[in-house]
Amino acid sequence: MSKLSMRRMKENQSGIISAVKADGEMGRRIRDMGLVPGTHIKIQGRAPLYDPVALRVMGFTLTLRNNEADLIVVEVE
Amino acid sequence: METTIALAGNPNSGKTTLFNELTGARQHVGNYPGVTVEKKQGTYVSNGYKMTIVDLPGTYSLTAYSLEEVVARDFLVKEEPGVVINIVDASNLERNLYLSLQFMEMGIPICIALNMIDVAKNRGIEINEKKLSEFLRIPVVPTVARSGRGKTELMNAAEKMVKKNERPIPLDISYGGDVDQALVEMEAEISANSFLTDTYRARWVALKYLENDEQIRSLGQKTDPVLSSKLEEVVNRLSIHLQDTLDTYPEAMIADHRYGYIKSIIKQGIISFKQDRDRLFLSDKIDKVLTNRFLGPVIMIAVLMGLYHLTFAYSEVPVGWLESFFGWLGGMVEAFLPDGLIKSLVISGIIDGVGGVLGFVPLIMFMFFGISLLEDSGYLARVAFMLDRVFQIFGLHGSSVMAFIVSGGIAGGCAVPGVMASRTLKSPRERLATLLTVPFMNCGAKLPVFALLVAAFFAANEAKIMFIITLVAWGGALLVAKLLRITIIKGAATPFVMELPPYRLPTFKGLLIHTWERTWQYIKKAGTVILGISIVIWAMMTFPSLPESKTQIFEAERKAVMVGVSSTVVEELESADEEAELSERAEGLKDLLTAIDYREAESALKHSIAGRMGTALEPASRLAGFDWRTNIALVGGFAAKEVVVSTLGTAYSLGEVDPEENQSLSETLASNPGWSPLVALSLIIFTIFYAPCFVAVVCISKEAGSWKWGAFSMAFNTLLAFVLAMLVFQVGTALGILAG
Ligand SMILES: Nc1nc2c(ncn2[C@@H]2O[C@H](COP(=O)(O)OP(=O)(O)OP(=O)(O)O)[C@@H](O)[C@H]2O)c(=O)[nH]1
Repeated sequence: MSKLSMRRMKENQSGIISAVKADGEMGRRIRDMGLVPGTHIKIQGRAPLYDPVALRVMGFTLTLRNNEADLIVVEVE
Repeated sequence: METTIALAGNPNSGKTTLFNELTGARQHVGNYPGVTVEKKQGTYVSNGYKMTIVDLPGTYSLTAYSLEEVVARDFLVKEEPGVVINIVDASNLERNLYLSLQFMEMGIPICIALNMIDVAKNRGIEINEKKLSEFLRIPVVPTVARSGRGKTELMNAAEKMVKKNERPIPLDISYGGDVDQALVEMEAEISANSFLTDTYRARWVALKYLENDEQIRSLGQKTDPVLSSKLEEVVNRLSIHLQDTLDTYPEAMIADHRYGYIKSIIKQGIISFKQDRDRLFLSDKIDKVLTNRFLGPVIMIAVLMGLYHLTFAYSEVPVGWLESFFGWLGGMVEAFLPDGLIKSLVISGIIDGVGGVLGFVPLIMFMFFGISLLEDSGYLARVAFMLDRVFQIFGLHGSSVMAFIVSGGIAGGCAVPGVMASRTLKSPRERLATLLTVPFMNCGAKLPVFALLVAAFFAANEAKIMFIITLVAWGGALLVAKLLRITIIKGAATPFVMELPPYRLPTFKGLLIHTWERTWQYIKKAGTVILGISIVIWAMMTFPSLPESKTQIFEAERKAVMVGVSSTVVEELESADEEAELSERAEGLKDLLTAIDYREAESALKHSIAGRMGTALEPASRLAGFDWRTNIALVGGFAAKEVVVSTLGTAYSLGEVDPEENQSLSETLASNPGWSPLVALSLIIFTIFYAPCFVAVVCISKEAGSWKWGAFSMAFNTLLAFVLAMLVFQVGTALGILAG
């Protein structure tokens, strides 16, 4: 068990969100999509230029830019 | 009895499909007052009970951050629909309930349509809707919007709710001890002062204060500044406390608890998963190929090129029909109206104007059909995903690509549907920057201008020059977008957080409805304005007409020519119809007379308002190498870029030159001492960047929601084009290159 920012997660790696460090509009958007502490996520893949990242959360697929993924801390298994 | 029912739900939950299923053809699309968000309305009749159905914009939440959310919220509060049908994607229950929860917090009567129940079943998700309904104390009806299953039951449930007309028991969940305590304190203050309570629930107002809701806070400031400040004080205290103890914010706490509440419901045996939730479904397997690092971009290029050809190749045929129809109409008018101003107005002002508007219709239809296909199937989101990294650099969004390509990113497009294609962009700043820069792409109407100049001055390097022109357009557009995004459309990137919906087979009905809606909107909105402007441009190039003294000189010249030849020749020419073979001498006379007509047209053009503008601008335009003739042609190009060619023809006494057959004009230019390859290059640069044609300007204004942006794009683009052309010309002159 270790904590790292979502940007640094590898493809197919999964974990549980432990903190979302974004506030304001960005924070709101991220949380609205269910990225809140305690949610299980799995990295599904990355765009051809390695940004954005696609992840699976609660059964659907979501994409985030890397600089947004930086703000999410995940406890990986 | 009548009532209004609103449809609300997450994007991609099947809202539009359900709306179409309920209202059929009885729908009406407009805008919410003052904003560019679309408002769809229709009617549904059951047992003689007429219900007005309003499709609210799809949102994930009810904060006041995006325009869509504000619009949805305002509608719910101001119009007070009898009931809100909340469409929930059953295959995606947790996230969808987040919005439902927020309706319930507001105290809005909702009824849940548990849609996509078929998809959920296929994915091994089973939902006990009875239990869900009991838990939330609201009706839950399973539906499949695509096939219409459950539609009647849903509407019956909704109707029953309207008839009972009792306010729902609002849902008051706990947001954690600290927040709850602040809420109670604030709620007491709010109720005691009846602060905003005629429209909102007291607890909800308090909640919005805690969530930093701009709209409610500024409304509060206006209503009761003292109390508002007091509430903000409570929020600040709580914020500091939460920051110190838990390193979090009140709004984060609230969101966490909402999801916590949803998770707790789900755990009550309401939902069961037969399969691992991270399992790869068919859609994900398709994605492994379509967004693959190497294959993905290749397939994407193929798909985009395909769409492009679908749009422009197949629309060519109906466009051709329309052109021949309007050509025929012009011919009829030509034959039946006497020569003079009325005729000129009808042909050049009205018929060309209406023809101009309708000429775009097939293009718009095909393009929106193609885009709807990509959008409904889910592929467009993947394109945005793959290209975002590139567009992000320039302050744009991955979805901008569609607008750029359709506008002429692959030379030959059209900015009008391109501007309309920017609707697929949800982020407002990125969207505006896209709208303002797509006209730089090389649309089909600019091509004849380039072809003329390249044929006259760069005939040896045609392909190379055309390629460079395309690169300049792309480079220019992206750099200007960046410039706009760090100056007048400044602001952080809108969060990209975007859902990749599963691939779905679009329904033909859905595609057709979508396509027709867009096309009709274009005809209705742009049509009238465009006809008006077309007449104005006609007037500018016609008035004031040549004074009698001038026309008499040309008349005298004609007489002199006719006197010079024998009367039999004159008679032969006058009695011959157009097709007839003429004798050599009659042919010679005809040429002489035509030459005089053309010279008269040239002086008339120079005498008109456009001509005077061109002449007046000459001292400035000389800096870029343009004389008055080029200036007039560029003014004419505001009507449509290919008009530059025909107007240049008139200005060089060649009559109206057909843009497709420019040989005589290109020879004239090539041998004219006022021209050189450098002037041509400067004009090419100017043509790429200057004001979009007015049809595009009208569309930009409509899409951006303000004429200000239309005016901006005219002024800014022209200025930019002039500066660039001047740079090219001055630097070229100083270095002595391309002087011919
Ligand atoms: N299998 C299945 N597909 C559905 C159902 N309802 C809608 N769809 C499909 O889901 C896709 C999205 O539906 P839309 O009606 O466009 O969704 P929307 O909520 O209006 O989405 P936005 O326009 O983005 O707000 C379409 O391809 C529909 O054909 C359903 O009950 N079952």
